[in-house]
Amino acid sequence: MDILKTHDLTRKFGDLTAVDHMNISLRQGEFFGLLGPNGAGKTTAIKMLITLLPPTSGTATVAGHDIVTAQRDVRRHIGYVPQLLSADGQLTGYENLLVFARLFDVPRGEIRQRVEDALDFMGLKGAGDTLVRKYSGGMIRRLEIAQSMLHRPQLLFLDEPTLGLDPIARRTVWEHLARLRKDFNATILMTTHYMDEADKLCDRLAIMHLGSVVAMGTPAELKAGIGNENATLDEVFTHYSGGTLEEAQGGYRETRMTRRTAGRLR
Amino acid sequence: MSRYIYKTMALAEMEARKLRHDPTELITRVVQPVLWLLVFGEVLSKLRAIPTGSLTYLEFLTPGILAQSVLFIAIFYGISVIWERDLGIVHKFLASPTPRSALVFGKALSAGIRGLSQAAIIYVLAVLLGVQVRWNPLAILAVLVFVVLGAAIFSTLSLVIACLVRTRERFMGIGQLLTMPLFFASNALYPIELMPSWLQGISMGNPLTYLVDALRTLMLPGYAAEFPLILDFGAMLLVLLVLAAIGAKLYPRLAR
Repeated sequence: MDILKTHDLTRKFGDLTAVDHMNISLRQGEFFGLLGPNGAGKTTAIKMLITLLPPTSGTATVAGHDIVTAQRDVRRHIGYVPQLLSADGQLTGYENLLVFARLFDVPRGEIRQRVEDALDFMGLKGAGDTLVRKYSGGMIRRLEIAQSMLHRPQLLFLDEPTLGLDPIARRTVWEHLARLRKDFNATILMTTHYMDEADKLCDRLAIMHLGSVVAMGTPAELKAGIGNENATLDEVFTHYSGGTLEEAQGGYRETRMTRRTAGRLR
Repeated sequence: MSRYIYKTMALAEMEARKLRHDPTELITRVVQPVLWLLVFGEVLSKLRAIPTGSLTYLEFLTPGILAQSVLFIAIFYGISVIWERDLGIVHKFLASPTPRSALVFGKALSAGIRGLSQAAIIYVLAVLLGVQVRWNPLAILAVLVFVVLGAAIFSTLSLVIACLVRTRERFMGIGQLLTMPLFFASNALYPIELMPSWLQGISMGNPLTYLVDALRTLMLPGYAAEFPLILDFGAMLLVLLVLAAIGAKLYPRLAR
């Protein structure tokens, strides 16, 4: 059974169709990338799948539960790392984990162990009692991923997990995501607009452009699809979207958002 | 039900932990009540312009200033809600299997914890200024309950406004606009009987009036209550439940 399946999932904001008849499915244990520039509809798609935003039309099931009629069941089975900075800087790493362990119904007797394991797993063992506002951007991201994994979700949603990170911090996050997947057999849906990231991490990709999925497959298939096995994913994107990434990067609002998020991480 | 309370408490506990990590806010919060009691209260006591029965004006004013501090702390609580929305914290709360109303009550209780610090400050000031307050432990406990309830009301009102206006700039304007009318259209500074009748009507619908009345009843031995305590409590609880129901409806919109 597919752990996530969408059927013509659509969201409109007034005249703008942010997500247009999206049909994707994820298998257990898969690392799936939703690729596209800012404004392509990736975040809107994720918000619908994690029950924060009702679809205008279409349906989806997550872990077998409908995202509209069984929201509480969906929420129980997912983890979510937003694009925006979402750890609380006024609390320690340990406390940030503690509160989410409680909100996600981790059994009381196991909370302490899970939190400590999560810190250890994400390479934050010595930093548990430090206030998060003293963390580096990469540490915050790893803490946020740890927060999303405490209740052992069947499916993890990561929205631009390396946005605003320097190359070294990005690589560390990648390594931890790869380990997470290997050790917990986690199914991960990640959005990104970094081609190298998608190429390195994802089993399969869907390329989004202006709300629509324009191509889907393994990175190798997508490259073969344009008749050039040595193509970079940039070239793949350009081929399917009919424009360059540069042109599609979004306007002032997206740029401001990206910069601001990146700034907060520092 | 026990899970519901457990999650509400989990959110409130984080607020207490934040205060422990950085208590500077508690210290800055001392200044305003000190000014009101030490300057405003002392001067008006000399004037004897406001009839307060058997109580001195300073005595009359002390519970009023506690209620005022609680209002001022709680009414700007929406700012932190908007801040948590600008970060992704609200999104993460909403993607967890926590009832929306538990998230709202968690925030309300968090404001209540901050309100408790104000109660401590006022009791210390009362001793320093020689205000005769009731030291009966049950009365003090009841004061704390009313302080938490009051903070919960005004912070939930603040949350509702935050959900409607959505930006910090607009919120600041509305917060300022709201605070003074709530304060002046209450019995915090003067008895209701002194107000013109139209204002008396408004003050009867103002939850702050019931908070002040309850705090005076509990703190001052010689105070003639406007309403029975149970009515103060019932009116405030009703307001809180209505606001929380609205808040629980609006809060998820913040993440859209």
